[in-house]
Amino acid sequence: MTNISIDALAPERQEPSPGEPENWWRFFTFSTDHKVIGIQYIVTAFVFFLIGGFLAMVMRGELITPEADLVDRTVYNALFTMHGTLMLFMWTFPVLNGLSNYLVPLQIGARDMAFPRLNAVAFWLVPIFGVILMASFLVPGGPSQSGWWAYPPVSLQNPTGNLINGQALWLVAVALSGVSSIMGAVNIVTTIVRMRAPGMTFFKMPVFCWTVMAAQIIQLFGLPALTAGAVMLLFDLMVGTSFFDPAKGGDPVLYQHFFWFYSHPAVYVIMLPIFGVFSELFPVYARKPLFGYKVVAVSSFIITGLSGIVWVHHMFASGTPGWMRMLFMFTTMTISVPTGIKVFAWVATIWGGKLKLNTAMLFALGGMTMFVFAGITGIMLASTPVDIHVNNTYFVVGHFHYVLYGSMTMGMFAALYHWFPKMTGRMYYEGLGKLHFVLAFVGTNLNFLPMHPAGLMGMPRRVASYDPEFAFWNVLASLGGFLLGVSTLPFLLNMISSWVQGEKAPANPWRAIGLEWMVASPPPHENFDEIPTVIAEPYGYGKNEPLTAQQAALQQLASTEVA
Amino acid sequence: MSSINLDSTVNTAAEVSPAHHEEGEHRLVGFIIFLLSESVIFLSFFVGYAVYKTTSLDWLPPGVEGLEVREPLINTIVLVSSSFVIYIAERYLKKENIWGFRAFWLLTMAMGSFFLYGQAVEWAGLNFGFTDGLYGGMFYLLTGFHGLHVLTGVLLQAIMLARSFIPGNYDDGEVGVIATSLFWHFVDVIWIVLFILIYVWQ
Repeated sequence: MTNISIDALAPERQEPSPGEPENWWRFFTFSTDHKVIGIQYIVTAFVFFLIGGFLAMVMRGELITPEADLVDRTVYNALFTMHGTLMLFMWTFPVLNGLSNYLVPLQIGARDMAFPRLNAVAFWLVPIFGVILMASFLVPGGPSQSGWWAYPPVSLQNPTGNLINGQALWLVAVALSGVSSIMGAVNIVTTIVRMRAPGMTFFKMPVFCWTVMAAQIIQLFGLPALTAGAVMLLFDLMVGTSFFDPAKGGDPVLYQHFFWFYSHPAVYVIMLPIFGVFSELFPVYARKPLFGYKVVAVSSFIITGLSGIVWVHHMFASGTPGWMRMLFMFTTMTISVPTGIKVFAWVATIWGGKLKLNTAMLFALGGMTMFVFAGITGIMLASTPVDIHVNNTYFVVGHFHYVLYGSMTMGMFAALYHWFPKMTGRMYYEGLGKLHFVLAFVGTNLNFLPMHPAGLMGMPRRVASYDPEFAFWNVLASLGGFLLGVSTLPFLLNMISSWVQGEKAPANPWRAIGLEWMVASPPPHENFDEIPTVIAEPYGYGKNEPLTAQQAALQQLASTEVA
Repeated sequence: MSSINLDSTVNTAAEVSPAHHEEGEHRLVGFIIFLLSESVIFLSFFVGYAVYKTTSLDWLPPGVEGLEVREPLINTIVLVSSSFVIYIAERYLKKENIWGFRAFWLLTMAMGSFFLYGQAVEWAGLNFGFTDGLYGGMFYLLTGFHGLHVLTGVLLQAIMLARSFIPGNYDDGEVGVIATSLFWHFVDVIWIVLFILIYVWQ
């Protein structure tokens, strides 16, 4: 009965809406509509994902043989630096900002974000710093070669002597990305705190909004530390101060503290919203309420709290004193408890459910599985003795690629497929979607799993050539890498062709509960004709429980008519 | 709907539409969140200063004994007092005494400008520069970054003062004034920590 009222409440729209292709020009303008900005973010991020992915293909091409024969070592250094930078600063953060921008106001029953103009400014900084970053390919000396972490003193080297060099452009771009992210975080947190629909208490709010808020709080309190470090490094590089330059008495390890104080929590900025995506998708496709909704919601904030006291585990090999290693080993391992609670809740949600294995659900299941694997290797890395052994080897590379591709990017694909009908008003092609999933799942595991044995055997990371004993694992990884590259093609084809000529989507194709599914696909300009009054928790699948007061009234009306 | 208790917005609430009033509160909440975030940048610099001071082998540049405290102390007294002056200005605005508001607001601006002038004089008289070791770097980084905030505060105050001459502008709640005032208190608190760190803990 509940679902009848959900469908009846979502009118089909007549006039063009933000997601429709005949309105495509809106995506190139300074729009203040959160839905347009959300799609702008997602598409921009995806363009940079393709560029970052192309750089990865070149690297895997280089590593398919033990010799440095495809590119020289300098180019290789620039490749892994830019690949990491693009994937983190230009793919993960912007694409999640896009998803949050699109969904949060819809899910909390708001007409827009709290600060629509600030929202647009924050978005337009992204292509600007993307261009600054890409411009470093054109300056003498090429892009930064010091890795995405830009450790001094390596990052303080400026062989060309030019004021404008790859590293300086990198630092400016990162500082700008910080400004953009802070603007976004202020906006999202204010929106969630202030603009929820009447009746939507925090414990009636979808888990996606909880996780986004938790993630944005990390941005607010972690990112300024990175910005401070980046500003000081920029002064060292361009003005000649001595903050991090050991030759002048500076302390390069302090930079590592600033950097990791943000950049470890940043992994939760990336993963928390994906946890939110999993928590949204499993109940829909298993037709069951989210197991332990309140615990899952609150555990996001426990992760946020703990994330501030784990950064030193990146520095176990930086001369960190023994007591500090012990302390941070303990805190890092503790964070597996709230994350484990979430995994347990997802498994309990799908347990005994009637699963609908469409593309979105397959990606969610695949992403969750690989997150479990990444979590296990994460616990291994948190253990100081293991970390000292595998530090700077491919084991670490394998671990964080399972996090960032296996879990985050797969989770993001799950989200994009799930909400594609809502965003565009069209259905995607299941066949192409499933082909994408199979290629991506096999490609991810073939690419990143062999990195673990190679790392345990001692293969160092950040090298263009290696000992032939690692060749077998690298050939496998490269084949997996190419497969992963190929897997993007059916996705692109699917998204473009479906958006242009896919079957028209109903308002609620998955028969999901959630405010975003109660408006037309794509939603009208200000989302809701009338702001709904929320009366129930968001995951009442099978409970026959209306989510909003309007639905309850409609349901009552329907039952009266039947009688 | 939950609401924050900022009593300075309460007295204007009756005059404005609820939607408009709410938007003002959104702005204040957003601004407070921004200030909390901003304080972490200062905190990072403070941590940097403390770490370098306690671990560096050559902390003070050659020929530098330490800093003269007298003028900076006068500067500090002026800046900290201005927090009370801006509070009085805000009170006048609440009582709808616009000229009282303008007078004390202008006095705050004058005190902020005096602070900036004092800092410029101090910088001009120092015998070390930004690139003179860790000490020079941290000193100019901290005082410069804070000075930039003072300058921003004074500019914001100028804008708010100018806006007060547009008829009917502050009828719809004085969110900009409250935000500027909050920013000013923030700048003052940061300075107190900074003063203790740089001038007292020599």
